[in-house]
Amino acid sequence: MSTTATLPPKKVNRIGLEVQAYKGGKTTLCAGCGHNAISERIVEAFYEMGIEPWKVAKFSGIGCSSKSPAYFLNQAHGFNGVHGRMPSVATGAILANRHILGIGVTGDGDTASIGMGQFMHLLRRNLPFIYIIEDNGVYGLTKGQFSATADLGSKLKTGVVNDLPPFDCCALALRWGATFVARSFSGDKKQLSAILKAAIAHRGLSVIDVISPCVTFNDHEGSTKSYAFMKEHDEPLHEVDFVPSFLDISVEIPEGELREVAMHDGSRIRLRKLARDYDPTSQINAIQALHEAAQKEEVLTGILYIATGQPTLMDMLNMDDQPLATLPESKVRPSPKALEEIMEELR
Amino acid sequence: MSITEVSTAESRLGSGRRITNDFSIQVATVNGSGSQTANTVLMRAIFQMGIPVSGKNMFPSNIAGLPTWFTIRASKDGYIGRKKELDFRVAMNPETAREDVMKLESGAAALYDEPLKLDGLRSDLHFYPVPFDKLVVPVCPEARLRKLVRNMIYDGVVAQLLGIEMEEVRKALFKQFGARKAKAAELNWNAARTGFEFAAQNLPKKDPFRVERMNATAGKIIIDGNAATALGCLFAGVTVVAWYPITPSSSLVEALIGYLKRYRIDPETGKATFAVVQAEDELASIGMVLGAGWAGARSMTATSGPGISLMSEFAGLGYYAELPGVIVDVQRVGPSTGLPTRTMQGDLLSTALLSHGDTKHPMLMPSSPRECFSMSQDAFDLAERFQTPVFILSDLDLGMNNWMSDPFVYPAEPIQRGKVLTAQDLERLGGFARYKDVDGDGVGYRTLPATPHPAAAYFTRGSGHNEKAGYTEREDDYMNNMDRLAHKLDTLRSYVPAPRVEYREAAQIGVICAGTSRYATEESRDQLRSEYGVETSYMRLKAYPFNHQLSEFIRRHDRVYVIDQNRDAQLLALMRLELDSEEIARLRSVRYYGGLPIDARTITDEIVRQEEL
Ligand SMILES: Cc1ncc(C[n+]2csc(CCOP(=O)(O)OP(=O)(O)O)c2C)c(N)n1
Ligand code: SF4
Ligand SMILES: [Mg+2]
Repeated sequence: MSTTATLPPKKVNRIGLEVQAYKGGKTTLCAGCGHNAISERIVEAFYEMGIEPWKVAKFSGIGCSSKSPAYFLNQAHGFNGVHGRMPSVATGAILANRHILGIGVTGDGDTASIGMGQFMHLLRRNLPFIYIIEDNGVYGLTKGQFSATADLGSKLKTGVVNDLPPFDCCALALRWGATFVARSFSGDKKQLSAILKAAIAHRGLSVIDVISPCVTFNDHEGSTKSYAFMKEHDEPLHEVDFVPSFLDISVEIPEGELREVAMHDGSRIRLRKLARDYDPTSQINAIQALHEAAQKEEVLTGILYIATGQPTLMDMLNMDDQPLATLPESKVRPSPKALEEIMEELR
Repeated sequence: MSITEVSTAESRLGSGRRITNDFSIQVATVNGSGSQTANTVLMRAIFQMGIPVSGKNMFPSNIAGLPTWFTIRASKDGYIGRKKELDFRVAMNPETAREDVMKLESGAAALYDEPLKLDGLRSDLHFYPVPFDKLVVPVCPEARLRKLVRNMIYDGVVAQLLGIEMEEVRKALFKQFGARKAKAAELNWNAARTGFEFAAQNLPKKDPFRVERMNATAGKIIIDGNAATALGCLFAGVTVVAWYPITPSSSLVEALIGYLKRYRIDPETGKATFAVVQAEDELASIGMVLGAGWAGARSMTATSGPGISLMSEFAGLGYYAELPGVIVDVQRVGPSTGLPTRTMQGDLLSTALLSHGDTKHPMLMPSSPRECFSMSQDAFDLAERFQTPVFILSDLDLGMNNWMSDPFVYPAEPIQRGKVLTAQDLERLGGFARYKDVDGDGVGYRTLPATPHPAAAYFTRGSGHNEKAGYTEREDDYMNNMDRLAHKLDTLRSYVPAPRVEYREAAQIGVICAGTSRYATEESRDQLRSEYGVETSYMRLKAYPFNHQLSEFIRRHDRVYVIDQNRDAQLLALMRLELDSEEIARLRSVRYYGGLPIDARTITDEIVRQEEL
């Protein structure tokens, strides 16, 4: 009898799923597009966090970036909405079922122009939701027009120069209500992965602006959202490490080198000091840091701001813990007595 | 001031006519002067005397200072549409007083604020001057309240002149103020009595109008259509509401919020079994509704025409992606400023076909509070059963005015949640194809996000998907799907509320209307019969898409008049999209588009003109 070689045991996460269970369809985006790298990090983060994929629901607007929910987490429901209006769809869905773990992917066009209104109001509501802006400074899908995050003076391939100032979506987010705000770079695997995991653990709205170069329309000399530009100007605030609640590691924290942020679920974010000692729990700090960085043409990356324990939309609405979607008739249709009472008042 | 000479009418003044329980009273005041309470009390008092009554508020787009009119119609025959002729005027607004008096029918009565000196305007009316400012001082020592309290004085005067029982005025008044405002009620009651006494001593009865107790309102309720729709949504088990305020729909959601807080806080947990979000605009409110419907909630929004326009793109996505949701459109007149507080049935075409691509939406068209109540429940069931946005087309007249109604009946059927597969179903079936027509009705099976099964998920997007919800740009996939959607809407035709049809043996002509046009239409049919000897058959449409009965009805008549409350005959235009040329050739149009509820006389006159009677 021939001996069958025993395959090495398959790698699984804490709930026994292989990484395959977190993958999506084959990407149709350009090779080298930053958005693809972000999809890979999303797959990784959910796998490593051991989240049941079916608990997740994916949302997007319209754009190359907004196509990407089809390229991760096939076992999660997905909703590709209309341009700029993903926040409302996600809000409705999460209100219907608060057990959904919602993740949205949008672009800088989808968010900072047509979607600005919905984005701003999403911020105010602190919906428990992960909102990822794949920021390339252009409208990829409509072939390379400037978006509202394009930097002043940056150049299109055609030589057209942008003469309007950019919106900084992180500055907006932290000023108007998001309780977790981060910036990262699609090329920084380690940082983006840690940030995504922290966002998954966060209870409240996470806004993550990821610089994600468009190789086809905005990766040339004169672009401020190119791979080359990011190599030069990426200025990490700190090294981000995420320690999930299910990993019980206790490490000595060397005095002054690490900041630790405890999250409501028991996990911890560890921020290792780099050039400065940055306190991510202060909004004022964050705004100042963003301003200074913009003047120096630096792109600050890392966790800019986090506030744990803030009331979410569900808290504000005093909502039942059970999903509204599946409440039985006995809970949602008042009794005949109630109708009779109302009728009597109207007589 | 000139005196209008109407000699024939003048002779009607002293004719000793007596008109009982068949007239309209119109009160002209200034917006923000608190006259709404006095008007409601007057209307209720007549209602409590067992007389069929309706009340219509015509108000400006303004918070305070512009003219407003409230019309009460008492009708022993139960006609509750707007009456074109005005019989009894209460003129409180100096700005409009002159025109208000000029508008009256000959032989009408005009009660007015004495300093306005209106009695010189016409010689064919019965004038009743009342010195409101003098009367109010002893009743209401507090000067700042006088502006409000003086309105209640005209209630007393009118009660005396028309024979409304003061005990009923008192009951209505105390009901209106409620136990918590007993002191205000007492003050107002004194004012009403003062008016009553003043009239008894100083105003001999001259006009022919009076009320007499009847027994036609026992057990009935008074409610506006918006509150009725809100109740329908409550009993339909609505769970997610997203809205953006707009007249005339705001009061619907506000009423709903009130009811939800009363009846939908779980007594065990103290938690809400609903979520209401005031969205940033109508794009967001429909986005939330569709997101919530997708995730399994019973979701709704209410808006008016401007909001419907903004919802257009999402409505198309809802149609293509097959998302349930209920959208109430309380229709009003056209865009921007001007007549947003006037009524119209002006969104029929744009809503039926809302959005780009081949879209078509079911619309339910209630005509009464009872139908508001039942059809909003139908709308939720249809939306989930057919997985598509369903519109309820109400209008300002129905939504914001008070209507007499039979009490609502508790829903007989359990809530219908449509084809939703659970994890257990998926385990048994091994999977599913989201957009496959398994049952032949055009409706696929869906799963809700967070269903705990690896085969539960599917990807929702707009136009490009195959049966398994996979991305596609193939011509055959697209066309197959569009054909299935058309088939689905065809199936739906026999599930929406069927039209009310009344065939008359001798009738050569038919009349078709929808929604609130019914009151004027039904009254007009009586006028045609009694005044011209013309019998008409009648069809009142309750929903779009129309069912087979429409063609049948048209084919049985030589000429069919379609009643529209818009300039461009939108209801007729919708029919043209579905009928053949022979049927279309029989259609005639009767339109009214002045911003008021359509009235019977307008319809009768137009049909008489076209029939060359
Ligand atoms: C209402 C509407 N207007 C315009 C468009 C066309 N459109 C599609 S994608 C897009 C811009 C996308 O830019 P961005 O969000 O930055 O995504 P990217 O492609 O750069 O990832 C536009 C304008 C549309 N789909 N819908
Ligand atoms: S066009 Fe740009 S954004 Fe779109 S897929 Fe290609 S590289 Fe990515
Ligand atoms: Mg972009």
